[in-house]
Amino acid sequence: MNEITIAEALNQALAYEMSVDENVVILGEDVGVNGGVFRITVGLQERFGIDRVIDTPLAEGLISGMAIGMATQGLKPIAEFQFMGFIYPGFDQIINHASRLRNRTRGRLTCPIVFRAPYGGGIHAPEHHSESTEALFAHIPGIRVVVPSSPARAYGLLLSAIRDPDPVVFLEPKRIYRMMKQDVPDNGESLPLDRCFVLREGSDVSLIAWGAMIHETTLVADELEKEGIHAEIIDVATIKPLDIETILNSVNKTGRCVIIHEAARTCGVGAEISAQIANKGLVSLLAPIQRVTGYDTIMPYFKLEKYYMPSVKRILKAVKAVMEFV
Amino acid sequence: MSIVTKFEIHYVQYINEKGEELMSLPAFAKDKEILISLYRFMVLTRIYDAKAIALQRTGKMGTFASSLGQEAVSVGIGNALQKEDVFCPYYRDQGAMFQRGIKISELLSFWGGDEWGSHYANNKEDFSIAIPIGTQLLHAAGIAYAIKLRKQKRAVVVTCGDGASSEGDFYHAINAAGIWKLPLVIVINNNQWAISVPRTRQSGTKTLAQKAIAGGIDGVQVDGNDVIAVRHIVSEALDKARGGDGPTLIEALTYRLCDHTTADDASRYIDKADLERAWNLEPLSRFYSYLIKNNYITEKLNEKIHEECNQQVEDSVEEYLNIPLRLPESMFDYLYAKLPVPLKEQRDEIEGLANE
Repeated sequence: MNEITIAEALNQALAYEMSVDENVVILGEDVGVNGGVFRITVGLQERFGIDRVIDTPLAEGLISGMAIGMATQGLKPIAEFQFMGFIYPGFDQIINHASRLRNRTRGRLTCPIVFRAPYGGGIHAPEHHSESTEALFAHIPGIRVVVPSSPARAYGLLLSAIRDPDPVVFLEPKRIYRMMKQDVPDNGESLPLDRCFVLREGSDVSLIAWGAMIHETTLVADELEKEGIHAEIIDVATIKPLDIETILNSVNKTGRCVIIHEAARTCGVGAEISAQIANKGLVSLLAPIQRVTGYDTIMPYFKLEKYYMPSVKRILKAVKAVMEFV
Repeated sequence: MSIVTKFEIHYVQYINEKGEELMSLPAFAKDKEILISLYRFMVLTRIYDAKAIALQRTGKMGTFASSLGQEAVSVGIGNALQKEDVFCPYYRDQGAMFQRGIKISELLSFWGGDEWGSHYANNKEDFSIAIPIGTQLLHAAGIAYAIKLRKQKRAVVVTCGDGASSEGDFYHAINAAGIWKLPLVIVINNNQWAISVPRTRQSGTKTLAQKAIAGGIDGVQVDGNDVIAVRHIVSEALDKARGGDGPTLIEALTYRLCDHTTADDASRYIDKADLERAWNLEPLSRFYSYLIKNNYITEKLNEKIHEECNQQVEDSVEEYLNIPLRLPESMFDYLYAKLPVPLKEQRDEIEGLANE
């Protein structure tokens, strides 16, 4: 048995791929001796050397820009941003080049890059350390946006992201980095991208979430089970491109749907999922789709953050509303 | 008090505006073949630029950026580069790109609104034209890092304008180059204008070359209207980079004798007298004077070069105009290595519309 946390599973995936593929390099702030501020890259510089586990200067634009040049030479850069809130100086290079280079050159130059960033709230951090802006990335053609929610999926999805021939924004739910342990064999087996995972089958209501929200969603499903309501839990996992088929199959079965995400509501990924369900699954709906999300406010400082983030109570309330709708 | 550090910036010029030799020339400048090649590509660039503007004006091409007056910079770079080096151009680098195997018809196709214009049948590694300002410097730094990691004996040249030297990415690249001693040569085509904003409003520094000092790398200024000087300084910097001795920032002083692009009207902000003065310094006639004075060229050979370049451009225009329109659904085909299943529906939609 190899019982490990999400943080350890990510480290295990990085180490695995670096050991089998010499083209894999890691670059970011404090990723070397320090092993990253969340210790995701711990021990890797010692093992693979300072040329492959690269401490960069404090410049996120440099990190994403250089990763692009490296990738066109056949390297597979894994760029770490310390927090999602600090990714924006590097955003220009992601939206203007990494996502477009294959298209711009008709496949001549490509960007097999993973842009990793811890994201989400609930760790009592200062401003800029708690946001969930996955929708900004999901709007960009040419990239993938992937969010793991368990140690096994962290390992399998990160391996897929590194092996993918195109850029992947890999968002790590930092609140659950060390929340649970799971047996994750270090066998190099990846999990498919572009697929939602049905974590629990149920016939009464579809709960659609990703990242750290899977934790609250699971608690809600357990609670509902006690009342005889069988909830189906879908971990979206790859937000872009969105596997709407799996979601539609679920909604067709249950007729009721609650989407849960930490990000602000307006133009959040939940809006896209709702629109697609409305477009392709309207007749199977027995109740209006409910969204339980962060509010359309600035993410509050941590004294109030628990009121911002979807709680078990808020999700339960929404589920009750869709169950009681006639 | 003590002095912690000092720096000086050198200016290099071999041939003045009258085509006179100011000091003894570098060894390559005794090679007639190289000299004629430099001259030929400068002529080709000038003819291409004029033709491209005409194509835009007659509705046969989109917005275009000419390199009029700055031909020596790009042509000098193109000649200094070796095949195995990598070039990351900006949008006034036709002179170098022609020497990198990139076809005139491909460049016309790029400005003509077709992504295939950056596919480059004969060049695998060079970047295509960078439109966002200064972003290409970091791509070049990344390429240089990969080259260094693999201990290869080659180097990267990246170019930008004077305006780009104000961008954050420019400073990031200088910084990266210094930290890792990257095999990187950065050339600023300082043509004095960033659309309508003059060099003096771009930076308070006396030279742009001295920005190198902030990154701990070498900086040098060169007369960008003197193709011998450009070719020599870039070549030296490349040798240094390939040999593991680190990066160089080169500021090439020129003047933009054209509009920013075909969408611009420089008469709104450039003083006529300034422009006339700049014409007196321009690179092509200066180089021709030098070549004819020193018997490297005859009027007859000059005519022949012009005829050949004209013909080459005309043939390329023909080729460009005969490229068939791409299928609408092809806009999906290079987004990802393999089209994700969820996108198939949108691709089918556009395919269906096209067939209606």
